[in-house]
Parts: sequence; C-alpha cells; structure tokens
Amino acid sequence: MSNSKSILIRGGHLIDPDARVDAEMDLLVRDGRVVEVAAPGKIHESADEKFDARELIVAPGFIDLHVHLREPGQGDKETIASGTAAAAAGGFTSVCAMPNTSPVNDCREITEWMRQPERGAVVNVYPIAAATINSEGQQLADFRGLREAGAVAVTDDGKPILGDTIMRDALRAARELGILVIQHAEDTRLTAHCSMNAGPTAFRLGLRGMTVEAEAGIVERDIRLAQDVDARLHVAHISTAEALKAVRRGKRARARVTCEATPHHFTLIDENVGEYNTMFKMNPPLRSSSDREAIVAALADGAIDAIATDHAPHADHDKMVEFERAAFGITGLETALGVAISELHKKHKIPLTRIVELFTAGPARVMGMKARGTLARGAHADITIFDPKKRWAFEAAKSRSKSRNTPFDGWQLAGKVVATIVDGKFVYRTE
Amino acid sequence: MTAKAARGSLLGIEHLATPEIENLLRLTRRMNSARPRPLLRGKRVILLFYEPSTRTRSSFEIAAKGLGATTVLVQASGSSIEKGESLLDTGYTLRAVGADVIVIRHPNSGAPHLMAAHLDIPIINAGDGMHEHPSQALLDAYTILRHKKTMSGLRVVIVGDIYHSRVARSGIHLMSKFGAQITMCGPAELVPDVCATLQPGLRITRHLEEGLRGADVIMLLRVQKERLAGLNLRLGDYVDHYQLTAERLRLAKRDAIVMHPGPIIRGLELTSEVADSAQSVIVAEVGNGVPVRMAILARALGRAK
Repeated sequence: MSNSKSILIRGGHLIDPDARVDAEMDLLVRDGRVVEVAAPGKIHESADEKFDARELIVAPGFIDLHVHLREPGQGDKETIASGTAAAAAGGFTSVCAMPNTSPVNDCREITEWMRQPERGAVVNVYPIAAATINSEGQQLADFRGLREAGAVAVTDDGKPILGDTIMRDALRAARELGILVIQHAEDTRLTAHCSMNAGPTAFRLGLRGMTVEAEAGIVERDIRLAQDVDARLHVAHISTAEALKAVRRGKRARARVTCEATPHHFTLIDENVGEYNTMFKMNPPLRSSSDREAIVAALADGAIDAIATDHAPHADHDKMVEFERAAFGITGLETALGVAISELHKKHKIPLTRIVELFTAGPARVMGMKARGTLARGAHADITIFDPKKRWAFEAAKSRSKSRNTPFDGWQLAGKVVATIVDGKFVYRTE
Repeated sequence: MTAKAARGSLLGIEHLATPEIENLLRLTRRMNSARPRPLLRGKRVILLFYEPSTRTRSSFEIAAKGLGATTVLVQASGSSIEKGESLLDTGYTLRAVGADVIVIRHPNSGAPHLMAAHLDIPIINAGDGMHEHPSQALLDAYTILRHKKTMSGLRVVIVGDIYHSRVARSGIHLMSKFGAQITMCGPAELVPDVCATLQPGLRITRHLEEGLRGADVIMLLRVQKERLAGLNLRLGDYVDHYQLTAERLRLAKRDAIVMHPGPIIRGLELTSEVADSAQSVIVAEVGNGVPVRMAILARALGRAK
C-alpha cells in the first residue's frame, strides 16, 4: 500500500451530504487533510499520487457507531487489528467499539489500551465505555475519566440499564460532560430464554420469542428520562415499528434522541431463520416484515439517523450448537454497503445521497464528531471510494474478520468498496 | 446448516409429505409387535436422551430390539455430555462407534435438525423442546384411524397447554394435512392467538363446552403445575374451566374418543372416571407406540418392506 503524503482523486462523483455536494468533483488531500475540492480538472497542484475515480463515488469515510472488536479478551473471535481490517474493506474509516469485552471496558486503563498503536488498528477506533461498573447496572462508571481516556459514549450494550434511577443518573452525568448515552433497548425481564422474535415463526419452531414491547417499552422510558434531565439519548439498533413510533414522537417533542438501524434489520425478517439457522440469530432479533418496512421508511425519511452494523464476530463453535444455545450476533462490516445499496437503493429507490448520509454525516452528528463524516476543506482525509454498480458475491471464507458468522455468505450484492483512505493514507484497495 | 438430513430421518411432521405419512401408517399396520420380523438384525440404534422419558424411550427400545437391532442408551448424566461435550461432538462420537441411526430427545427445539445437518446417518426426533414430537403424532393418527374411518372432516379439539407442547404442534401439522377440523382450547396464557397461525383453518376457543360440542376426537395435554404458577394461573381455575369431566364429555359426539399423550394427572386435566371410561383410548395409544416406532426405524434403515 502506498502512503503518499498527497493524493489527487480525479474524475469521481463526490457525494458529501454534510457539505451538500452531489456532483463531479476532484479532491486533493495532503498531510491527512482535505486541502481542495474543485470542479473536474480545476486542481492544478501536483500530487504524490493520482487516483482515477471515474465511474466511482467518492464519499466521506464511513462511520460505524456499533461494532464489537472483542479485544481485550476474546481474540479468538476478533482483534482490533482484524476487525479494523474488515472495517477498511467495508469502507469504514471510523468504528465505535462496544464495551462488552473481557474484562468489560469500564475504566480508563482499558479504554487507553484499546487506543494504543500496538493494537494494530488500521481505521480510527473510538471506544464506547460501559455506563456502569462491569455493566451490572448498579454503579455509574467514571464518565469523566473515561472521556479523558478517549471514550466517546457510554452504554451497557447487551445488558441494558433497567433501573429508572440509575438510567436517569447516567443521562444526567453524561449531559454534564457532553458524552453520549447509548442504550440497547431490551427489557430483559421479558426476554429470558428467548432466542428470536415473538410471532408465528417462533411459535412454529417452538422457540420463545422476544416481544415488540420488550424493545418499545425501554425506548419510551428512556426518552422520557432523557427529556426529564434534558440529556442526549441514542437508541442502538432499533428493530421494531413500535419503538420507531416512540422515537418519532420524541423527535417531534424535541427530545434529544437519535437512533441507528442495521443492514440485517432492514433486509431480513424472522422467517429467514428457516430451520434453526443460527446465522440469523442476533439481538435484537430479526422482526416481522412490517417492522422491516417501518425501518426502511424511517431510513428514507430521516427518523433513523445512521446505519450501524452491530458487527458481532463469533467463533464457529459458538454458532454450531443448538439454536437456543447459540451466540447472538453476526458480522457485518464488509457487507454493509453492498446490502444497503442492493436493498435500499435498488429495491426501495432510496437515493444514494441519503444512503451515503446514513453512513457518514448521520453517524458523525450522532457522535458529535468534528471534521469527520464530511470532505469539506480542512476535514480529516477519511475517504471511501466505491463503485455503486459493481455486482459481486460476498464470500465469508474470504472475510478479513476472524469470524465467519454472517447470513450474507454467497449473496449477490450491488455496490462495492474500491478504496478506503484514513487520514490521507490508503488502508484498503481492491486487488 | 443448510446440509440435508440423511434419507430416512424423521425430524418433524411439518415438512413431511402426506404420502410419506400414509406410507408410515401403512407400514405400522403391518408391524406385529407380538411377533416382529428381524428387519434390523445387525443394526445399531442409539437412543440419545437428554431429557427423562418413559413411554417414548421404552417403546423405541422395544421396537428396535423387536426388529433385531442392538440398542444403546446414552443419557446426559453419566456421559461426556455432563463434561460439556457439544451436541455435534457427541453425534460424531456416536457415529464413529458405529451408530446406524440416532433417536434423539432433547430439551432444545431444533437439536435433531442440527445433528441431521452434520451427520450422514438418519436422525429421528423423539421430541425436541417445544417444537415437534413426530412419533407421538404418528401414533395418535394411527390410534384415531383405528376408531375412525378417515381423518378428513373429523372434528378434533385439543385442550390445554398448546403453547409449550411439541405434541400439539406435531399433531396439528399431521391432522391438518389430512383435513381434520381442529379447535384449540385453553386460556390465553396457554393458547395464545399465535397458535392459530400454525396451519390454515385452525380455531381457538376459551370455552371447553364450546370446543367439545360435536367433537369426534378430544386430545388432552398434560398440565404442569409449575408452569401454571409461573403464568399466575390458579390451578383451581384451570380445573374449573378446562377439566374433562364425564358431564362435559357428553357434549361431544357419542362415539368421541379421548386421547392423552401421557403422563396423565387424574383430577387435573381429566377425572378418573373419564380416564377409565370406554371412550378413553389413552392406554391403547401407549401400546400403539411400539408398532409406529418399528415402522419409523424400519423406514430409517431402508428396511420398510
């Protein structure tokens, strides 16, 4: 890979929703920053490297608000190095890493450790720390120390905060420090022993189902608490029409709430579980087709702010077991763009500019990132270059992730990443 | 997980074609459990039981031995399973020691499907979680057809905890395929509305009297006291509303039969009077388990002659 100090990207179609650009543009980056954006052929400065982007889309580097990099502690599933390599191949230049590591990232030492160069990250890694000690929902973590160490948000991800008082305290403390609280909305008191969505498929398979109410109830409660203390709240991987209604009501009432949705929730439904295929087991589970339709509509109209993958690598032996005993979660970094273009653009006619926004300016706003998620002059030179028409088949066996747990193995996808640049350096290029 | 099950496997009734079911029932009729033919001589049948079982286990064992096979019982306690061996590794091990067929009972729905997807020998589902219990449905169908000419148009009422019941799911699939008119009866906690989505044309009633009126077949399901308690259902209320009594039985057709997969709890889902009445075929059901399982094993090992 070349590590030029300056790169001139010529002939591409720039989509930069934050800067409201959707046109043929050339781009010059130098020393890790965007130095010029101009009409084709209008940049005359010399560059160490020229990149021919004809027929390609040039976009701000994608930001994934929700990944599990499994380090520290579960290096057999993924490492920060392998997970960020998969991110680069999927066009992501920044990933936000969830704290359900081993041990849980609830302190500044682990947050700092994750950000050390020795981890071998090839894209920007933003640790999200635990909101409570060991994610036990009892005692708040040291938000100030975590923020100083580089954490951008707090969450107890897979172990949602159920107690009203501790959730209110978390929101209030986060507001004081300008740090984001993210909640995986699941009333775990209602979902014990459940392994998929409640409904006809779960009944047919004899599996206990997670109800829509178990998600929507927590979203409603959290929005109410966030309004009470005037705090920011981000709803992770929203999956039900009912929870989306709550977010829409909250947004109309000027609550400071945002949410994300995953490629699998806008593409697949519970019926796809088929005969106990554990590659379709994740939490929140795949829902009904009407839930899926509500997510697609909300991605189009802005009620959903970002696409996030919830990339959750697992070893084969975590998945090749009885469905109810199988680990929740699937990988997603390398398939996100192809699935989004195939499903949202080709099938549902959502404009490419909106899809790019959901991968860039949308998540940047959620996280309050400055000078990322845009390619305005002076921004970080985080760039994703993709071919929106390229048809390809995803092969899990060739994944850069250490794990292979994906429902999209063998899928024919439209739209493929051609090159990924982080801070002015190529971190991925198609062979 | 997309690999196909070995020929002869019996994972459930849902995806079993109607002619296959008819063949199995025809074969069952030809199985004489008093003087069976040694169709499975030299074959090894593994009975892999992760859950306690009396009826199913003993009838599979008697069926296999009656046909001349060797049987080995493997149970969770006292085996490598207790040491944390995975289901698939247990399967590979049993295959390696020479199993020709594995009969599996497991608390997790879909466990037999996992085995079938990775092993090249037939897998027989002897009950998986809340999912299916296909040999029970077949023996119930066999029992019904010994008393009724045809299943088509037969009015069947299933009473009790359908949500948690693998017997109910398999039975509903089978009887629906043959055109029975099925009504499910119980409180919403045990018979939620989603039950009606299992097959087209299913009906739900909360009133036992309504369900019984004009019924040809009454299938009772076992009621678990702990489960009722967990759902905040009072045992006394259940008995008041859903216990099959002699008086209520009179609402059904005069020749209606009463079935129950066992074990029965007298005084709970039915009275002793009903259990011992001429209309009860509960004991006959258990007996029919042997020829049905002989047919299933013979089919599994390609000896269905």
